[in-house]
Amino acid sequence: MNKKTYTDIDEVIYSKRLDNGLSVFLMPRPEMEKAYAIFTTNYGSIDQKFVPIGESEAVTVPDGVAHFLEHKLFEKEDGDVFADFGKLGASANAFTSFTKTAYLFSATNHIEKNVEILLNFVQDPYFTEQTVEKEKGIIAQEINMYDDQPDWQSFMGTIKALFKNHPVNVDIAGTVDSIMKITKDDLYTCYNTFYHPENMTLFIIGNINAESLSQLIEENQAGKSFADMGEIKREFPDEPKEVAEKYLEINMPVSIPKCTVGIKESSSHLDKEAFLKKELLTTMILDHYFAKGGEFYQELYKEELIDGSFSFETNLDSSFGYTLIGGNTERPEDFAAKVKDLLRSTNEAEITDEAFRRMKKKKIGRILRAMNSLEYIANNFVDYHRHGINFFDVIPQIEALTTADVNEFLKKWINEDQLAVCTVKQA
Amino acid sequence: MNLIVEQTVNKNGYNIHFIPTKKFKTLTFVVKLKAPLKRETITKRALLQNVLREATKNYPGRTALQLKLDELYGSVLFVDGAKRGEEHVVSFRLEVANERYLPDKEAVTEEALQLLAEMIYEPYVEDNHFSEAIVKREKATLKQRIQAIRDDKIRYANRRLIDEMCKDEAFSIHVNGYEEDLDALTAENLYDYYLQMLQKDQLDIYVVGDMDIESMEKSIASAFKQEERASTKSSDRKESKQIDEPKEIIEQEPIQQAKLHIGYRTNTVYADDDYPALQVFNGLFGGFPSSKLFMNVREKNSLAYYASSQVESHKGLLFVFSGIAPEDYEQARDIIREQMTEMKAGNFSEQEMNEAKDMIIHSLRETMDHNHGLVELFYQQQLAGMNRSLEEVVDRISAVTKEDVIRVGERIEEDTLYLLTAQGGEINE
Repeated sequence: MNKKTYTDIDEVIYSKRLDNGLSVFLMPRPEMEKAYAIFTTNYGSIDQKFVPIGESEAVTVPDGVAHFLEHKLFEKEDGDVFADFGKLGASANAFTSFTKTAYLFSATNHIEKNVEILLNFVQDPYFTEQTVEKEKGIIAQEINMYDDQPDWQSFMGTIKALFKNHPVNVDIAGTVDSIMKITKDDLYTCYNTFYHPENMTLFIIGNINAESLSQLIEENQAGKSFADMGEIKREFPDEPKEVAEKYLEINMPVSIPKCTVGIKESSSHLDKEAFLKKELLTTMILDHYFAKGGEFYQELYKEELIDGSFSFETNLDSSFGYTLIGGNTERPEDFAAKVKDLLRSTNEAEITDEAFRRMKKKKIGRILRAMNSLEYIANNFVDYHRHGINFFDVIPQIEALTTADVNEFLKKWINEDQLAVCTVKQA
Repeated sequence: MNLIVEQTVNKNGYNIHFIPTKKFKTLTFVVKLKAPLKRETITKRALLQNVLREATKNYPGRTALQLKLDELYGSVLFVDGAKRGEEHVVSFRLEVANERYLPDKEAVTEEALQLLAEMIYEPYVEDNHFSEAIVKREKATLKQRIQAIRDDKIRYANRRLIDEMCKDEAFSIHVNGYEEDLDALTAENLYDYYLQMLQKDQLDIYVVGDMDIESMEKSIASAFKQEERASTKSSDRKESKQIDEPKEIIEQEPIQQAKLHIGYRTNTVYADDDYPALQVFNGLFGGFPSSKLFMNVREKNSLAYYASSQVESHKGLLFVFSGIAPEDYEQARDIIREQMTEMKAGNFSEQEMNEAKDMIIHSLRETMDHNHGLVELFYQQQLAGMNRSLEEVVDRISAVTKEDVIRVGERIEEDTLYLLTAQGGEINE
């Protein structure tokens, strides 16, 4: 394995691309009690239309397949994989996002055995018509649970307002109707295409022995055979630059209305350096203006337009990008108008050298703090890796940013036709 | 295993607990102020934690305060309140980057610690009261926080269960306070309560990270000048409530998924010798995805998306949570009760028990990898008036036998069942 040492932050990472294409990263943290392993595929809810492995025509699968598949991988002919982890005192989990599906465990004992279970269960699907039917009830319950959550409705509502055609505008879990259409064959089609080792990453961090673990992983993978993959062809519809709807209202029982302003970010045309720069600047700017004590936060706070639920987030990816700013508010119209005004004003704004120096300090300190969490390091490393970026280069990249960079960014960040508003309130 | 050892130093009027470890890239300071949970003071305490976070003497507003924290490499300072049995604990939490990882090795710890002490001892005050504007604004924020719980149906159902189950007991007091108290709170009477709190609350300071204990002790002692006072004893253990007949409460809201929550009295608390056996009981019953609840309610019968149980350690309660389709209520209820009966009858194998123990020990050790988790582990000991090492805590779980689990199970009694279900649905009761 390749060993790389980062002395500034006191971290060592071992990496290797195996013969079958799997990318493996091991990061020993001997002072920790546990190890955390995450096995991910670059396959999420947006990958609905693609050319299946070994075929030439694109197919479209029902909404919610990626998430359904994630549920079903845990079930095997002889029982549930959760129980296998449980027997070794480990806790396992999985999640599906717009762009990836991840299987993970944390363990304080029998780490190598747990790694084997993880690799083997993800690489050995067992789908039958009967088990697929049974799962529909459970997932329908999960969808119903999300339907009752105003926060989730508000999030998805804003995404729907922003995106006209891109499948990011579909709920990750699909709908009760769409999941009823899912068949065992759909699951195998998606599985065979997207769960090829070349499309996957294994990252393990914590109380591990890198040498023996890497040997175990290589032997495990060498014992399995996979068809040749070639490049995966995914198809996305054309998405206009402007938002789908300027305003979307969702009526459901809530005691306080919720309002979110969404910004449709464009990131699809960027190379990896520009992508990282845009991501860093967007998050730093949002934080500068909208974090507690920030200029915009204070204005919203003084006008009693926000409460403790106020928050913001950015998600940039290769085929879509968005920023959301919102929370509970008694006056959703005023909130939306004010946030939009504030955002528009950034076109003319100037960040001073002193302010930008402070913003950089804050960002660096916050990343160091987040690195207390093994999960944070693993998840971020894998996410950046997908874009060809090394997570441990991020702090030096922040240090290299200049005041000119941020002011240049601000001039072009906000465009009227890229803003949408979603309100959730009582009918 | 070589687990972290806590070192405690008793200062005049407070304890400093050092938790030295190289696990983290930050230093974490947590200051805990503890007082008995009371209906008369809870709203004041809930409001106070927000008001103190807004401004200090030298940083008289949110913006000034935040700029200072940003300057200190994005140090994080926040305040929260929590119920621990029938005590209320306000925690001030500061996290600051360990200087050795900063690009220019800038010294930031000392200043950040001063700021933390200032937030507690030198708030922003105008003529012997808090700022009217801040109090007014924070009242509005708290009011919305109190109201918002209705929109989180899992939390709401759990609170309704406790309201009904622990009526007339301090434990049912809402941790965020009460809307109807807010009008009477002013910048003056809140400040009076603050002074009283500083005098009467039990104060504990925790420091977690890679540090030199001797110099850290000096820094803390110079920043925290607490007057000596009589140490307040934890409230005595209450008589356990007599349950004649389990209660059943059914309420309706416009929701899709019903919440079925059940509360039990365990008659076992953290300080008891049998507490580890209760943890193992809960592990087998509903604490994990491999437990009886998840396996039977969700996996075998596809009735629920979630079905789990959790122990409240200081008051002696056990809660079951499940989300079900409204029409499945009776079936789900019967399955849950059946699992409890199975547990009490000792219908679980040695192997299942050992797996549950491994899971509990795993989650304990996992908590030790988290800075605030470590603080809470040690503070739990402090609350129970105990001083066990983490090794002992782990060993006591390993030592639990099947007889212990059955014995602890015999004492568990169902108190209240609470169902929050869809409107207009028929309830065959």
